Amino acid sequence: MSLSSIHAAVLPEDRADILYHSYDGGGAEISGPSYLVRKKFSESVSASVNHYVDSVSSASIDVITRASPYTEERTENSLSVDYLHEKTLISVGITESIENDFDATTFSFGISQDMFGDLTTIGMSFALGDNIIGETGNDTFSEEATVRSYRFSLSQVMTKDLIMAFTLETITDEGFLNNPYRAIRYIDPLDPLNYIYDDEVYPNTRTSHAAAIRGKYYLPFRAALHGGFRVFSDDWGIEAQTYEIGYTWPYSEALTLEFNFRFYDQTKADFYSDLFPFPDAQNFLARDKEMSTFTSNTLGLGAHYKFIKNGSGFIKRGSVNFSWDYIQFDYEDFRDLTVAGVPPGQEPLYEQDANVIRAFVSIWF
Amino acid sequence: MKKMTHHFTYSLFIGFLTAIFTLSVHAVTVDKPAPDFTLKSLSGKNLKLSEHAGDVVMLNFWASWCGPCRKEMPLMNDLYNKYEKLGFVILGVNVEQELQLAKSFLSDTPVDFPILFDSSNKVSKAYDVIAMPTTVMIDRNGKIRYIHKGYKAGDEKKYKKMVKKLIRE
Amino acid sequence: MKNIILFSSLIMFLQGCSSIEPWVKPYERAHLADPIMEFGRDPISENYIHHVYDSRESARGAGIATGGGCGCN
Repeated sequence: MSLSSIHAAVLPEDRADILYHSYDGGGAEISGPSYLVRKKFSESVSASVNHYVDSVSSASIDVITRASPYTEERTENSLSVDYLHEKTLISVGITESIENDFDATTFSFGISQDMFGDLTTIGMSFALGDNIIGETGNDTFSEEATVRSYRFSLSQVMTKDLIMAFTLETITDEGFLNNPYRAIRYIDPLDPLNYIYDDEVYPNTRTSHAAAIRGKYYLPFRAALHGGFRVFSDDWGIEAQTYEIGYTWPYSEALTLEFNFRFYDQTKADFYSDLFPFPDAQNFLARDKEMSTFTSNTLGLGAHYKFIKNGSGFIKRGSVNFSWDYIQFDYEDFRDLTVAGVPPGQEPLYEQDANVIRAFVSIWF
Repeated sequence: MKKMTHHFTYSLFIGFLTAIFTLSVHAVTVDKPAPDFTLKSLSGKNLKLSEHAGDVVMLNFWASWCGPCRKEMPLMNDLYNKYEKLGFVILGVNVEQELQLAKSFLSDTPVDFPILFDSSNKVSKAYDVIAMPTTVMIDRNGKIRYIHKGYKAGDEKKYKKMVKKLIRE
Repeated sequence: MKNIILFSSLIMFLQGCSSIEPWVKPYERAHLADPIMEFGRDPISENYIHHVYDSRESARGAGIATGGGCGCN
């Protein structure tokens, strides 16, 4: 669901975007295009379609320690329709994601309402997703999972120069939540200098809560400063905080520059361990780096160039955009198993960094 | 002590709400006389509303950052050119502080009717402008007859109907 | 006691709603209407970076709050 306009009581503008994205880090390269077209069909109905592709070529730490590098493709298609009635905006959407070993279908419904002289917007949305999980090379393996998300958001104009937004979201999962390609390891009972891989065991439910507050402030010399803070916790014992700060600087009439910094910090899941002491050490077992204790730092730069300002004819406005984000992940209890010749649990801690590129052209018509 | 803290918290809360949601009653309504004002115009001259006594006046509060305002500007210009000779005038009251933004919009989209600058927002306050754009129709006797909030495609037909009616009176 | 106060403040709040005077007037929203003040103005770019973090971090949900009350139009 994306109601990406701060004016809730108007339909989003007609636009078309072509984006190229690339993620390169930790031995994985993921890139591809994303296309979006949004069009009004009347004064009260607007629809948008999005086609997104991920081409994955992975030799990540998880892959090289357990399997052989692979390539695959993920395609995502979504359709959403917005309906505006006075100060109420209703959105319905469907998204379908297809991989050779994973299919997901998500339905969403959202409603938002402007009130108090249009200084306040309240929004609520619900999404229901059905996932079918397979395993490449194992045709008998097929599992399902259901995801439900409930979201409440409030945005508030505080002053002539300050807008704040507050969001709450609860997500529940039910079903098969493991990643079939990941494994845990435990100390070989017969040889403490060796370790043995085994299957992961996850609970089959997960409930998470997140709350975020964000603000954007217009500085006296036409530039905007924004900040955000999010807290997260789930019933797997993971707690996380995200801090964001950014600066939007209109360098000239046509060129706008952006600077962002993001810091993320999480604790591990209760049933996570880099190295279990013996087989079946507990009911649930996981060794995904995503569920370990770690931090990430992101430095982002962006440029936004308007190449058509007041176009006549079909195209009203156009822009080209480029952004680069550098992310550094530091794991505190996930070890780098490519380092051999050390006793289990003595390997160096893993770390990785990534470069994320987004390049896109947008036109408004 | 705990109870007192609660009391204190709630009275603070109520005080805060009252401060935010202050009720106010404005005199600008239909069938009341239109408050007079003097504002500097784009040509540099001061312009007074009462100078147009006897004319049908359409006051339009607008800003260059307001999409619907930009859209209706050329349509209002057509309306002005059509009925100007029959004792009709449009006064485009710009509400912005940075006049340059309004001026550069007008150089791209020129209009023939007078543009006035209400950069202190005194007139916008007096007319209790609660939407952008806001259009106020004043009859030949200086009385407010219609207040129209916002603009969506087709509203120019409503303006035309009102203007035709007021001109005939 | 607490409930009574809470209830009465709620009533006051709701009564207030029927005649709320916006404290940032429509004609004062020049800065708020500036495109640099938009949260997440490019949906596909925003969705992509969310996806980047969501697939590498455990935290999820409550992303860029979209929809909001500028009331600029």
